[in-house]
Amino acid sequence: MPDQPTMSDVSMLVNGETRKLRLDVRTTLLDALREHLHLTGTKKGCDHGQCGACTVIVAGRRINSCLTLAVMHEGDSVTTIEGLGTPENLHPMQAAFVKHDGYQCGYCTPGQICSAVAMLDEIKAGTPSHVSADLMAQPQLTAMELRERMSGNICRCAAYPNIIDAISEVAGRKT
Amino acid sequence: MRFDTPATTNPIDQLRVIGQPISRIDGPLKTTGTAPYAYERHDVVPNQAYGYVVGAAIAKGRIASIDLAQAQAAPGVLAIVTAENAGKLGKGGRNTATLLGGPAIEHYHQAVALVVAETFEQARAAASLVRVDYTRTEGAFDLAAARNSAGTPKSGFGGPPDTSVGDFAKAFAAAPVQLDETYTTPDQSHAMMEPHATIAAWDGERLTVWTSNQMIAWAAGDLAKTLGISRDKVRVMSPFIGGGFGGKLFLRADVVLAALGARAAGRPVKVALTRPLMANNTTHRPATIQRIRIGATGDGKITALGHESWSGDLPGGGPEEAVNQTRLLYAAANRMTAMRLAVLDLAEGNAMRAPGEASGMMALEIAIDEMAEKLGLDPVEFRIRNDTQVDPEQPERPFSQRRLIECLRTGAERFGWNKRQAQPGRMLDGNILVGMGVAAAFRNNLLTKSAARIRLDGSGMVTVETDMTDIGTGSYTIIAQTAAEMMGLPIEKVAVRLGDSTFPVSCGSGGQWGGNNSTAGVYAACVKLREAVAQKLGFNSAEAVFADGQVRLGNRSVSLAEAAGAEGLLAEDGIEYGDLDKKYQQSTFGAHFVEVGVDAATGETRVRRMLAACACGRILNPKTARSQLIGAMTMGVGAALTEELVVDKRTGFFVNHDLASYEVPVHADIPHQDVVFLDEVDPISSPMKAKGVAELGICGVAAAVANAIYNATGVRVRDYPITLDKLIERLPNMQ
Repeated sequence: MPDQPTMSDVSMLVNGETRKLRLDVRTTLLDALREHLHLTGTKKGCDHGQCGACTVIVAGRRINSCLTLAVMHEGDSVTTIEGLGTPENLHPMQAAFVKHDGYQCGYCTPGQICSAVAMLDEIKAGTPSHVSADLMAQPQLTAMELRERMSGNICRCAAYPNIIDAISEVAGRKT
Repeated sequence: MRFDTPATTNPIDQLRVIGQPISRIDGPLKTTGTAPYAYERHDVVPNQAYGYVVGAAIAKGRIASIDLAQAQAAPGVLAIVTAENAGKLGKGGRNTATLLGGPAIEHYHQAVALVVAETFEQARAAASLVRVDYTRTEGAFDLAAARNSAGTPKSGFGGPPDTSVGDFAKAFAAAPVQLDETYTTPDQSHAMMEPHATIAAWDGERLTVWTSNQMIAWAAGDLAKTLGISRDKVRVMSPFIGGGFGGKLFLRADVVLAALGARAAGRPVKVALTRPLMANNTTHRPATIQRIRIGATGDGKITALGHESWSGDLPGGGPEEAVNQTRLLYAAANRMTAMRLAVLDLAEGNAMRAPGEASGMMALEIAIDEMAEKLGLDPVEFRIRNDTQVDPEQPERPFSQRRLIECLRTGAERFGWNKRQAQPGRMLDGNILVGMGVAAAFRNNLLTKSAARIRLDGSGMVTVETDMTDIGTGSYTIIAQTAAEMMGLPIEKVAVRLGDSTFPVSCGSGGQWGGNNSTAGVYAACVKLREAVAQKLGFNSAEAVFADGQVRLGNRSVSLAEAAGAEGLLAEDGIEYGDLDKKYQQSTFGAHFVEVGVDAATGETRVRRMLAACACGRILNPKTARSQLIGAMTMGVGAALTEELVVDKRTGFFVNHDLASYEVPVHADIPHQDVVFLDEVDPISSPMKAKGVAELGICGVAAAVANAIYNATGVRVRDYPITLDKLIERLPNMQ
């Protein structure tokens, strides 16, 4: 006979607010957000790290929330799309996505936006990518750098050039 | 409103709101994660349980036995639905295989059970404990092997299986320049980002589903039929849809199983298909084998044009209608098309973005490129020489608008086509072989009736309700623009509510018919509302002017808010069409230009530039229309270079059933894309004078990529996708 689920307490700082949950330890961070905290802005596109729709920012870094268990994030600070802005008060990246039509169906969009926000911080911090010519130099805000770094976020509607335009505007890069 | 004579001047022509590049009105919801998709409706009904689908592990055969004991005893399990305990089920009129398999299994990953539990984790764990023993039978999974057994399908959506004009065989045999080549396209997956998902709740005999579906009325009808309940007991809601591309046109297993699970568990149940189930459980674009024969005179006039296509589907299914465009795109006095359909036991083949034309243009537009080369003609010029302004099968029937030549010329100029080297393999950029390719774009414009309801309230706000869906196409926005234009209001004064089966039935989203028809339906309802307003004020509705939130007649002016009064005004109407699509052929046209770079050492192809020049009626919103085009162009790049559902021909399933192994284009694959819309209005299509745009963009793209690869390398690949293994051994020597 299968065992009863193992439960565990976890406390996270989600969008600046302390949230305490008692969870089946098998619960992913993604399902903790969507099913337990009802923060459904974070999307489930594949549930195994292949699409990027579930991207959230944990301790300043973008991660696929479907590939990590919620109980591994005791004390972590988690920023979801809901923590970036609201319809009445959009984050600059959200406003740029609206302006440049950086989405169509909208399902990959929260992941794209969270990814974009954290990705610009990675460039600022000097983290090189696969297309950086010089690993020691400060990476440049070229379209190819942005495309490479955003390639973990699939958009089947394929708003790709519009997304790059939106990110470029926020980053202060001329397109 | 019946539309049976070409449109004359109407309020839409003011273009104060229509035709403007307005940002999507649902943008703030989508970009903040607050637009509610199907699986996310915690708000609509309490106490939702979780369902997890078990898919068949064989492609064809029978379930010998199912042992549910362990699963039923697992923690949290509330119910398990199988065909054995589900009661008698019907089949939706638009489904080929049943949505809950057993005892017969018709295809791999056909649903065989739904495990319902308190939590997702419990449902998933228990689903792994369902023990199914199968008796496997032989199936057919290989289109090439089944080709000779293919039969003649019934007349379908695109017309009869065989067409013939003049004497093709004689004219082809007599033609001084001939081409006879065979092309293959693989099975493809919609791979929309949101998996099929449904929450189902029963209230006595009444069933409500919150789902993700492109065609609300079809879903409601087929759900009722499948469950054997009356249509008026079913309510379907689908206000936000995370992509469809044809994969959500029909009722699918998530809906039926959620409904059955909710009945069995006695509480609401939510079900999403897991990503690895989607390719084999749902529908896909079927593979084709296409033989194209072209005969021409030495100066490049096509005298004989033949296109045959073979595809496969489950018993009772239909063909991929890959020959459709060949009946209309080029002139030729002697022509034939034929479609043949083999029985294959893979998952159900069905519509995916531009069914028919997307696959057909992949082949035809390579053939045209090959023929141009044989003739020593520029491929742009060869297409221009063979243009037709009438339906080649019925010359008395003109196109409503046909500006293919202008698309080709405009595109060529903007793209810098004159820099292309006619001889392949002549352009080098370091170790990259550079080439340019062109293809025509063609997709028919379909007319379908569509209705809407419009309410004007005492605050001067207009609310539109229609069961139309927005699958990312921008329906919310263009419908709001239509109502704003018609009522003389700013777009902020219009609210749009979509995707509810209690709203008037629309055309729905499919076949690129959504934009033109749904807005034409809203136009009709607005005309009625204008009449109601005018009548209430004692104005002559034909002379009343609706502008700036006011209704004016002579020197009288009344605000819409005041006209509505406290009780408001309501109007409902729809658009219906006469025979303008019989008298005229209505199609959309374009030209795709692509530049690729092929690594001379590895054979890796990268798209460097893309441009589409399109003539597809009035563009209702250039911002969202451009997005439709670039999205379709990108899907065409996937079709050219990477997308293929790989068939395991021994056991009968698509092996690469996830997003890591079914490779859709990602950011790094797509360069800047240009879209040029020719200034066109088509008064024969509808009062909106618009046509479809969403599918035109994919038609021809893959061939333009293939032609560019040929121009870069001199290697002609007729078997999609054009992966590097098909190039590398034949690349030019770079010494």
